[in-house]
Amino acid sequence: MRAAGVELSDLATLEAESIHILREVAAEFEHPVMLFSGGKDSVLMLHLARKAFAPAPVPFPIMHVDTGHNFPEVIEFRDRVVAEHGLRLEVASVQERIDSGRIQVGHELESRNRHQTVALLEGIQQNGFDAVFGGGRRDEEKARAKERVFSFRDRFGQWDPKNQRPELWNLYNGRHKKGEHIRVFPISDWTELDVWRYLAQEEVDLPSIYFAHEREVVEHEGLVMAVNEFFPLPDGAEARIEMVRYRTVGDATSTGAVRSTATDYHSVIEETAVARVTERGATRGDDRFSEAAMEDRKKEGYF
Amino acid sequence: MASEMLRIATAGSVDDGKSTLIGRLLYETKSIFEDQLESIERTSEKRGDEQTDLALLTDGLRAEREQGITIDVAHRYFATPKRKFVIADTPGHIQYTRNMVTGASNANLALLLVDARKGVLEQTRRHALLSSLLRVPHLVLCVNKMDLVDYDQGIYDEIREEFTQFAARLEITDLGFVPISALEGDNVVTRSPNMPWFEGQPLLGHLEDVHIASDRNLVDNRFPVQYVIRPQSAEQRDYRGFAGTVVGGIFKPGDEVMALPSRRRSRIAGIDTPTGSVAQAFPPMAVTLLLEDEIDVSRGDMLCRPSNQPTANQTFEAMLCWFDETSSLRTDIPYQLKHTTKWVAAEVEALRYQLDVDTLHRDLEAGTLEVNDIGRVAIHTSSPLFFDTYRLNRTTGSFILVDPATNLTVAAGMIIGAAGEPAGETAAAVAEAPVATNITFHPSKLTREERWGALGTRGATIWLTGLSGSGKSTIATAVEHTLISAPVPQPAFVLDGDNLRHGLNANLGFSDSDRAENVRRVGEVARILAEAGTVSLVSLVSPFRADRDRVRAIHEEAGIPFYEVFVDTPLEECERRDPKGLYAKARAGEITDLTGVGSPYEAPSAPDLVTDPDLEIAVRQVIGLLE
Repeated sequence: MRAAGVELSDLATLEAESIHILREVAAEFEHPVMLFSGGKDSVLMLHLARKAFAPAPVPFPIMHVDTGHNFPEVIEFRDRVVAEHGLRLEVASVQERIDSGRIQVGHELESRNRHQTVALLEGIQQNGFDAVFGGGRRDEEKARAKERVFSFRDRFGQWDPKNQRPELWNLYNGRHKKGEHIRVFPISDWTELDVWRYLAQEEVDLPSIYFAHEREVVEHEGLVMAVNEFFPLPDGAEARIEMVRYRTVGDATSTGAVRSTATDYHSVIEETAVARVTERGATRGDDRFSEAAMEDRKKEGYF
Repeated sequence: MASEMLRIATAGSVDDGKSTLIGRLLYETKSIFEDQLESIERTSEKRGDEQTDLALLTDGLRAEREQGITIDVAHRYFATPKRKFVIADTPGHIQYTRNMVTGASNANLALLLVDARKGVLEQTRRHALLSSLLRVPHLVLCVNKMDLVDYDQGIYDEIREEFTQFAARLEITDLGFVPISALEGDNVVTRSPNMPWFEGQPLLGHLEDVHIASDRNLVDNRFPVQYVIRPQSAEQRDYRGFAGTVVGGIFKPGDEVMALPSRRRSRIAGIDTPTGSVAQAFPPMAVTLLLEDEIDVSRGDMLCRPSNQPTANQTFEAMLCWFDETSSLRTDIPYQLKHTTKWVAAEVEALRYQLDVDTLHRDLEAGTLEVNDIGRVAIHTSSPLFFDTYRLNRTTGSFILVDPATNLTVAAGMIIGAAGEPAGETAAAVAEAPVATNITFHPSKLTREERWGALGTRGATIWLTGLSGSGKSTIATAVEHTLISAPVPQPAFVLDGDNLRHGLNANLGFSDSDRAENVRRVGEVARILAEAGTVSLVSLVSPFRADRDRVRAIHEEAGIPFYEVFVDTPLEECERRDPKGLYAKARAGEITDLTGVGSPYEAPSAPDLVTDPDLEIAVRQVIGLLE
């Protein structure tokens, strides 16, 4: 039982607002799906979904857009979560589409970031999903700061930032025609620090790579990259064993680690509270193409 | 960390320094990251700006950066140990009404800026009007660029005075002022040594301390059912939970509830939340209510108290803000309307007038509303909505209109009241059950002016609130005596809370809902007396702000002066006096719900007067209100 006061903490307010959005979608759409990468934002989103419908199970499947370039710890985590909570998992595989020739790649280890969009849109279309939950947060990136909670996508999955529906109070408009869909961002107003504080408070399980561990790494174009089958040691470079952790989880070919000694939630929160570089700036090669890299990819239908 | 969340709406153009101010708040609270700063430095350099343009922090889209404009509402986040802040930052150019309305819809506080060299501009007045229309509970006016006027107190005072006069015409409950220089950092985070004459808090301190907990309506219980949870598993077969967000009042297990539209009654068996069962649910908690009886309830239904129902009606009057650039308001086609968790078909039956947001002029001849236009309309829906006025509840009083041909959100509305009833009378009518819908008001043959003129009197209500033993009745009686024994006597009458409980309110106890009803009845009596030409002097603890606000609302809607007077005697002093021995009883455990001891007191956020401890001065202050 809670205390007798009628005040709600910031995390409890964020939680309530997110749960409202999750329930609204489950009530109004026929075939919602939740994107799940194993990253902390999607772990948070799934945790909120389980709470929103308890004691009933989550009333929609989850979908993983699998580039084939994953950290093995993340895939292992994904399969464990699915089994534990009896979830239905759809996999939209980039590798399958490369193998069948529908996606052309220059070489095996090039970034598959843009190819994800193809797999994602096909996965949505083939399954007839009409609402797609994503874990995007407005504090992550400038283009995302302009995103609605309910974000309309035309039949090509495209986002038109200049033509977004106004969003007032908590009255969401998810109306759409057949073939169109709505991207829904239930954790829009959470910051990176909020996410960590809440996951710690709730003691939510995360992939092990989010906490400091020893790993063979090499410094490459300003990023600390793990050396493995997806990122072979560049010529002339020297790998070292260092204590690192990941602030975001993306492809092993383009996601960098940060040097850290934070092996538990408490110390990750301390580090996050004093971090001076954004999580994407610190760790994501894929956002560095240009000032508008994210905006361009979002317009094409990216998460 | 037990911090709260505060949503801020800002609006304005680049020139008034809004972006610089936001940039500084983010920078000083360490919410800008190095890579963000480097990235905007690069862009500024590329464009050939002289200084790094902090506006680039919020202008995220390529078109915005290239054209140096802001297209849309941008959200920015910062936090201090006390609070998490969400800023909805909206541009000041053409699209501005639509964006400002969007940003203000959820805001706890509106932040307006004026340039100290230019003073209050048309744009400032427009922002204030929209904040008031959207009922943002708190407004702060920052007088910026004080460094450019040599930190001159006279200039600040002049702007403050001018804006206060303008704001008096609007409904702004809490208005604050801070003289700042966003560029130099004066009075933004720390007190400025350049303006020792300013006694208030710097802006950030004000944002951290402004009291928002009682802005919610905690009196009228409202629960729009969002989703019905029915697990299919064998062990949970009997579970049937009604999930949703509490939008008004406080729900507790054991409370009697009524489901609308079925009007079936039951009691709350339990309240489930993500973290287990709770003893009470209040806004904005997302919970699951379990009922004792199996009554038919589904999405779009409303749970409330049988004795306090929202208005149920298919027609109502509303202020409508048109958003869509590609269409204009039509009265000959059906729209889709979303209100709480319910979609219905709706027709706009009539456009009463268009409101000019600059002059407040009402254009009765207007034929339609176009993008960024605001007007009053009459709406008819395909099935009844369960609503309150927007004034009473921002959630049950708001709706959006969607064009079924394009699925675009074309307009947003705020409900004024049911059709055919004088605006505001619904607010009072909902507290009685069953809701009387066929009552029409019998207009008097005399106008108020005729009545007051003939009697040589002016009615008003003076509402004294404060703890038991604070001295309310003493002041009220002294004021009554002074008014009646004046050379030109003014009729006055004391309505004392304790005395009324012997008669009019004899059937009421001290539960939250009974206290609310007590205040409502006294408020109605005060209004009637004032209408008749008497100065009603109400002496009533009236601990809850929402209850007092409702009384203010019925007076404002009737056009009768209402003054909230806070008799701010500290609890220790009241307890020392203890004229009725109540505190002693409460401390001995004989009374459990004495205000200030076992039950909360919500101080007024913006009283018309806080009385002086000296009785003679207090009486003069109160009489000063009437002059």
